[in-house]
This record gives sequence, structure tokens and C-alpha cells, in this order.
Amino acid sequence: MGDNHNPDQPENESFAESRRNFLKNSSLLTAIAVTPGVVAKAAENDLGEKIASAFEKVPLKMEINGVKQQLSVEPRVTLLDLLREQLNLTGTKKGCDYGQCGACTVHVNGQRVLSCLSLAVMHEGQKITTIEGLAKGDQLHPMQEAFIKHDGFQCGYCTPGQIMSAIACIREGHAENEADIREFMSGNICRCGAYPNIVDAITEVKNNGQKL
Amino acid sequence: MNEAFFDKKDYKSLDRVDGRLKVTGAARYSAEYQLSGLVYAVLVESKIAKGTIKSIDSKAAERAPGVLAVISHVNAIKVPGYQTSNQHPSEPPVNGQPLRAFYDNNVYYNGQPVAVVVASTLEKAQYGASLVKIQYEKEQHKTDFDANMESAVLPAQAKKNPKSPVADYSRGDKNAFANAPVKIDAEYVLPTEVHNPMELQAITAHWEAEDKLTVYDKVQGTQPTQKQFAKEWNLPPENVKVIATFVGGAFGNGLHNWPHETAAIIAAKQVKKPVKLVLTREQMFTMVGYRPYTWQKIQMGATKDGKLVAINHESVGQTSSYEEFTESTLQQTRMMYASPNINTRYRILKLDVSTPIWMRGPGEATGAFALESAMDEMAFSLNIDPIEFRLMNYTDSDPDKQLPWSTKYLKECYDAGKEKIGWEKRKMQPGSVRSGEWLVGYGMGTGTFGANRGVAAVRAELDAEGNLLMQCAITDIGPGTGTAMVQIASNTTGIATDKITFQLGNSQFPKAGNQGGSSTVNSVGPAVQAACNALKEQLKTMIASNGGSQAAFASAKTDDILFVNGQIQIAGSDSAKVDIGTLFKQNNIRKIETTQESKPDENRNKYSMYAFSMHFAEVHVHSLTGQIRVKKVVCCADAGTIISPKTAANQMIGGATGGIGMALMESAIIDHRFGRYVTKDFAEYHVPVHADVPHVEVFFVNKPDTLADPVGSKGLGEIAIIGVAPAIANAIFNATGKRIRELPITPDKLI
Ligand code: FES
Ligand code: FES
Repeated sequence: MGDNHNPDQPENESFAESRRNFLKNSSLLTAIAVTPGVVAKAAENDLGEKIASAFEKVPLKMEINGVKQQLSVEPRVTLLDLLREQLNLTGTKKGCDYGQCGACTVHVNGQRVLSCLSLAVMHEGQKITTIEGLAKGDQLHPMQEAFIKHDGFQCGYCTPGQIMSAIACIREGHAENEADIREFMSGNICRCGAYPNIVDAITEVKNNGQKL
Repeated sequence: MNEAFFDKKDYKSLDRVDGRLKVTGAARYSAEYQLSGLVYAVLVESKIAKGTIKSIDSKAAERAPGVLAVISHVNAIKVPGYQTSNQHPSEPPVNGQPLRAFYDNNVYYNGQPVAVVVASTLEKAQYGASLVKIQYEKEQHKTDFDANMESAVLPAQAKKNPKSPVADYSRGDKNAFANAPVKIDAEYVLPTEVHNPMELQAITAHWEAEDKLTVYDKVQGTQPTQKQFAKEWNLPPENVKVIATFVGGAFGNGLHNWPHETAAIIAAKQVKKPVKLVLTREQMFTMVGYRPYTWQKIQMGATKDGKLVAINHESVGQTSSYEEFTESTLQQTRMMYASPNINTRYRILKLDVSTPIWMRGPGEATGAFALESAMDEMAFSLNIDPIEFRLMNYTDSDPDKQLPWSTKYLKECYDAGKEKIGWEKRKMQPGSVRSGEWLVGYGMGTGTFGANRGVAAVRAELDAEGNLLMQCAITDIGPGTGTAMVQIASNTTGIATDKITFQLGNSQFPKAGNQGGSSTVNSVGPAVQAACNALKEQLKTMIASNGGSQAAFASAKTDDILFVNGQIQIAGSDSAKVDIGTLFKQNNIRKIETTQESKPDENRNKYSMYAFSMHFAEVHVHSLTGQIRVKKVVCCADAGTIISPKTAANQMIGGATGGIGMALMESAIIDHRFGRYVTKDFAEYHVPVHADVPHVEVFFVNKPDTLADPVGSKGLGEIAIIGVAPAIANAIFNATGKRIRELPITPDKLI
């Protein structure tokens, strides 16, 4: 983050900025200013801001971990931030926000997707599965069991992404041998370095042949 | 057990006790506490490397929807601890003046946090931060290490104290190198490396009252952080609560409190709401330390038949202009080999960059790259096998401290590893082993790190159902501290591991320092033991007072009191079996509890205590493209007793992975025109991925060192990485005949 505006035009406010300011500061408050009393109250409660942000939101329907959700989100919100910051599904991790680490991997309609690289509104009507949606009650998913058994993690921060990727890797047919697993799991960084144990866990689940 | 073993999946070893929380996404890290009223903070960084801020135009940001505040030195509330003196309120782990958040308009490096935007959502804060406009008064900056190396200085602590570990050191004849029959004289460079744990540094700061602060903070020590913030905000320590239940890796960057933490606390105070602040990946390069760029020079002299006669080892490490960061780059040169004559010289170079901080294996890993490369170079010049050469210069006592080792089982490591890697396939002449178009090389490197131990306390509570609950303020950044402590408690009491809980990562729990320097099991483990033994003493007295057949408990040894199948017994005797529920009912109590502290003893003055490791690598280098593949790694450790084989082996594998990164890919590069990093994400700063890491075999000598601590452990985290990078560099030499002395070793250096 930072002050990375266009240095050649320091005084030019971007279109988006002026639009947002316009929404926040003028028309809405004026529009609802039926009486001075309401204006005072609206200002007090940040109502202008709330209305402004409501105008910036779009409705969004998704199914997350089997639960149908009717949401209202700003178009600029990523799927990752929607999950983590608005839906309290913090199992999906942010490791870079640039599609370079795999920590944010979720399944969209059964396929692995980097949730930091896609906007929430792109997933209208789709089925999202996060790490929280894998276990059936107390019964862990076989990949979760295998990660515990083979100690496929240390700090655990990359783990949800590794597990979501691992399941997809088998489904895609990319877990035929260890070399394949290593190749097709290379988008998921584990800085603790538990890679060989992760490979062992995936190999075991693959060899057990269950449908995932 | 206490028998040496190779990591294999068939030994009985506890699964990680927090494994279920981690694989289900239920483990909560510092940015994952959804407090009511939570708002978001995003930092604005300086865009110059040196100078002052002329003006900050925050009007546009303030007008943006959802923005609650734009805070900088212009309007930040005064942090009480910043005002009391010129010194930072903490006792900093490094000498100097740690950077104070929004204290004045000085810019010390490019990427310094200079303002923070607080808003109702993350997106609004991010957008607000992009609108802050800053004008600077630029000054000439210095960020180029090579261009400025002659300005390196002796650290202030060494000036004050000639006995300081970073002071100049000399043993034997100062000029022995000049007369040595065989000489190696070489320079080695290690670039800046960045910890880059997968979890971004994060803090959620919450003023629960005007004078009560709670932070969920990614740190390696809850109580050291509590102490720091208490001083900074002029509060009694009990008013500051630090929670770090889960830490998503840290590797050292949580051993210092950084300006972004105070920035979040200032923001929370100013907007009167809990504030969450998460660094971006590029901010991880400039705000939370790194392994410093380090230049080294080794002059090594030996006799023709392989006896070392001299080692001169010099090092210059980078630091910031405002703090003097130092590390033990030269320590192992003083104690590892039996050279009668040794000189070491350590200097630091102050540049307009942020302050480094210890990164896994810290200075020792840097130093080992030079020392173990030089040993390999010397062995080659002498035409002696590198393992033989090390054995010829093996020391049975510490030549530096002139004390006996508490334990040293390095020879066992050489033997086990040599066989496992297939050392007999290695040829002395580089380039003589091939596999198709690939050149095959074998290399090895030794590691060592002090078996440190600090003060720690543990509270233990046993209830009528036989559940044991323990608490300690220590953190777990990944090694599996809870798992090891549950195992120690189970070993001490006989209580089944599934009835034991170990809670950590909360400053309100009993005393613990940082998780760092491979000292956790050695420090907290003995406190767990002590607490368990104290509980057993209480039980013993309680049972014996029942008289009759239970009177025998009065004279039983504490060690022999054990839970067997849930009942208390005297081990090895057919004493009465006492049911704990019944016992507590008779005594009309629901639970017993104790808090016990454990600290280092005087053995530390009588023995030299180190853990040792030995790493072997088989590396293939493509003869045409210079592509490098690490095919196999064998890591052997003399780390004392191995408490929890599964997590310990994983820690070793992690060290090997870190070593592969050091050797082959990691390098943070500054564009000196701007003094700014050009490598600031995982696309530019490469770390090992799945495809880079082969199968790693791990061997443990597993012999207790009870002089070091009652648990017998010597620590593992650092020796897991120390010596890996030179093992790979040496294997590359063996494969190609090219000696690369500047890391990382990339294909362009081989073709
Ligand atoms: S957070 Fe999405 S790939 Fe790193
Ligand atoms: S377990 Fe820590 S990053 Fe993978």
C-alpha cells in the first residue's frame, strides 16, 4: 500500500475517488434531508456513509460449504477477504494476496481456485468449499486425517491451502507419482518446509483410492 | 527409548496435539479475532530511503468513505514511553534506538511506515492509504553494501566490553596463517534473506479500557512483548495482555517488536475501536527484519598431513543507521575445530535500510556457510576426504571456553549420515560421477548451536477425572511445543497423552521468554517436569495420610509415583492402587494445582553445551544448462533426548528446506538508485517449493544431555539449518569443480 498515485497528475482525483466522495458527502445526505433534525441524526450515525456504501454494494448469491448465502458486497472485495473478513471463515489464509503462495486455495464448483485472485462477485451462483467445509461433523476428511498422521505441517498456516490443493490434485489426476505431486503442488508454499510429509500424506490418500 | 534412530513412520510418536485445529481451519492466528467494532488499518510507507517528510496531504484520504482517521507524526498521540527519554522504552534486543512509530518526520529507509489509514473495512482502508500524498526532503542515501564496506565499524557493545562475543578474538599465535604450509584464502557473500513466514505479520490491538490493552500479536514471546508495551504505554504489565495462541511461522522476525505494532495500538487509541493491521507481503521485506547481507573472509592454514594450524575469520554484517544488530557469525570458528591459532574479527556496516533480526540458525548459519565451505576447500587441496579431514581436527573439549563438552556425539552423526547418503559413491575429483547429462556431487556440512536454557514456569492442575491441564506463556511458532510438553508430562506422570492439555501463547500464563534460539524444550520442558513432580508430591502426601496399605507412599520416590491405567501406583511394586476421584472425594477437593519455575544451574559454568548436526546432500547439476536439483538430503542431529520424534523430524526437514533456499534461491535485492527492494514478493524472492525439496532422511543420536537440563534436550531449531547451505555448495563443487562463494548458487554462476 502507499501513496502510489500518478506522480504526473498529483492534483487529479481519480474518477472512482470523486464518485465515492460525491456519494459520501453530498447528494445522499441532501436527498434524505427532509428536516434539519434528520440531517443531524444522519450525520451522527454515519448514515450518509452507510447509505453511500449500500449504493456501492451488489447482491451476490453463493453456496458456501453447503449453506446458501444471500450477500451484499462491494465489487472490489476479493473472495478471500469476503470469507475472512465478512463471513468469519478464517480457515482460508492470506499469505501474499497476489496468487503466489496458495494459502488462499478454495474449491469453486469442485476445482481449486486462488481466492485472493478472484473477486467475490465473479462467483455468483457458484459453490464454494473452504477448509471449514471438508469435515463431516467430527469425521475428518481423509486428507485432513493423512496430514495429521504424516505431520504434513508445522505452524499450520499454509495447511488449509495445501489440503484444498491436495484434494484437487488427486481429483485432477495429478497425483500419479511423487514427482507429479511435487510439480502440481508447487503453487502451495510451505515456509516451514513440511513438503516431504505433505507428499507422503497425498500419496497415502491417493493410494487408498477413495473418491474425494 | 534413548537409542539412535532414523526417522521412520513406524515409531510410536504422538500426533501434533493441535493438529486437528490446524487441518480444520479452526486454529486462530493474530488477524483472525473478529472483535466487535473492529476496524482496519493500512500502513503508508516512505518512498525515499533517507530524508525528512515535508508535508502529508491526507485530505483526500480523510474524505474517502469509511475512513476514520489518517495518522502520522503530524497528529499521532504521544506514546508516553517515547517521550520519557531519548531512548526507546524497551530493552531492545539490539543496541541503539529502535524506530518509533510516527514519532517525527525523519525517514531512515525506503518502505518505513510513515502513516496509517484506519477505516471501517479493509478495502476502504486500502483505498484511503492510496490517497495519502507525501512530500519529502530527500537526502543522499547509502544502501549499497559493497560500495560502502570500508565504513564498517566495531559494534558499540564490543567497544565497551572487550569480552563481548562480537569483540575481536585471538587465540594462540596471531600470525600463524602466514607460515602455514597449505593455505586457503577466500571471501564469501551471503545476500539479504527475508524470513517470509507464510502468515503475514498481523496485530489486532484493543484498548479494553483507557489503561487496559489487549493485543493479538504475531510475536515469538508473549511476556517480552507485554513488557515492551507496558513500558511504551506507561502501564503496569498486568494491564497489558498479549495473545499469540497460533503463530503462522516467524523464524526470528517475531523476536523484536516493530513499529507496525505500535502503529496499530496508537490507531486503536485514537479511533477508540479495536484495530486490525496486517502487513502486505512487500512490507514483510522492510518492516520486520531480515537476515543481514554479510561478507566474510576466511584464511585457513594446515599442515600437509591435514592438521589445522590457523583460521582467521572476518565478517561484516549489514545493519540499519539507527540500531546495531549483531549476531554470532564467528562463534563456531572459535570452537568447532582443534586449530591452535584462531583470530576472528566482526564488524557491522550501517546503511539506510531497516534493522535486521535473527533469522533461523542466525549468524551461525551464515558463518557455517563460510567455515564449512573453507573446510571443504582445504580438504580438497590436501586431497583428504572432507569427513576424514574433520575427524583429524575433531575436538573432545571446547577449545574456546576451555571446558569439557556436556555431550558431543558428532562422530555418530558422521557415521550414520555417511552411510545413508551413499558417501562411498563420492569421488574426490569433481565431475567424475555422472548420470546421463547430469553431473552428480556429494557434499557435507557441520552445524552447531549453543544448548541454551532460560527461566520458565508452568502451572499444572489435576482434576478428579485425572485430566492434567498445564499453562505457560511460551509461544509455538511451528515446532510443536504443545506436543512436546504433553509428551514430557505424560513421561513424567504416566498420564495418558489424551488426558493432558498444554495451553500456551498468553502473557497471563506463567513465565516464559521468547521462542527462539532453540531453547524452548530445554527451558519449558524442565518446568513441565517440575510441575508434574510437585503434583506427584502432593498426591503422595495425600495418599500416605490415609495410612494402612497406602502408608508406603510416604517413602516412595517421586519418580516412582505413576498413573497406571488411570490409577496412582508406586511403579515396580504391588502397592495399593489409588483412584484419584476417590482420593479427592475423601479429601474433599476437586483438584490440585501448582506452579513451578525452572532455571539454568551451575553446570553451565562447568561445561560447554552445544547441539551438533551434520548434513549431507546429493546434488545433480545439468552439464549444459547449469540447472541444479537437490536429489537427496540426510540430516543427522545430536540434539540430546528427542522428546517427540515426529515433530522433531519435521523440524529437521524444515531446516533442510530452509538450507536449500539459502543455497540456491533466496536473495533480496535493493535497487540502489532508490534504496528500495525490487524483490518484494514470491515471484521475485524465491523460496523452496514442493518441486525443490527431495526426500529428507533424518537421523537422531538421541542421547540425553542431563547436564544441559533435566529433560536432556539440547535444542533443534537452529542446527536443523546450520550447515545445510555449505553441504549443498560443497556438493555442487564436487559435481562441477566450480566453487561458488556467493549465495545463492544459481545456474548462471555454473555455466
Ligand atoms: S494469498 Fe492467494 S495465493 Fe497467496
Ligand atoms: S506449516 Fe508453516 S508454512 Fe506450512
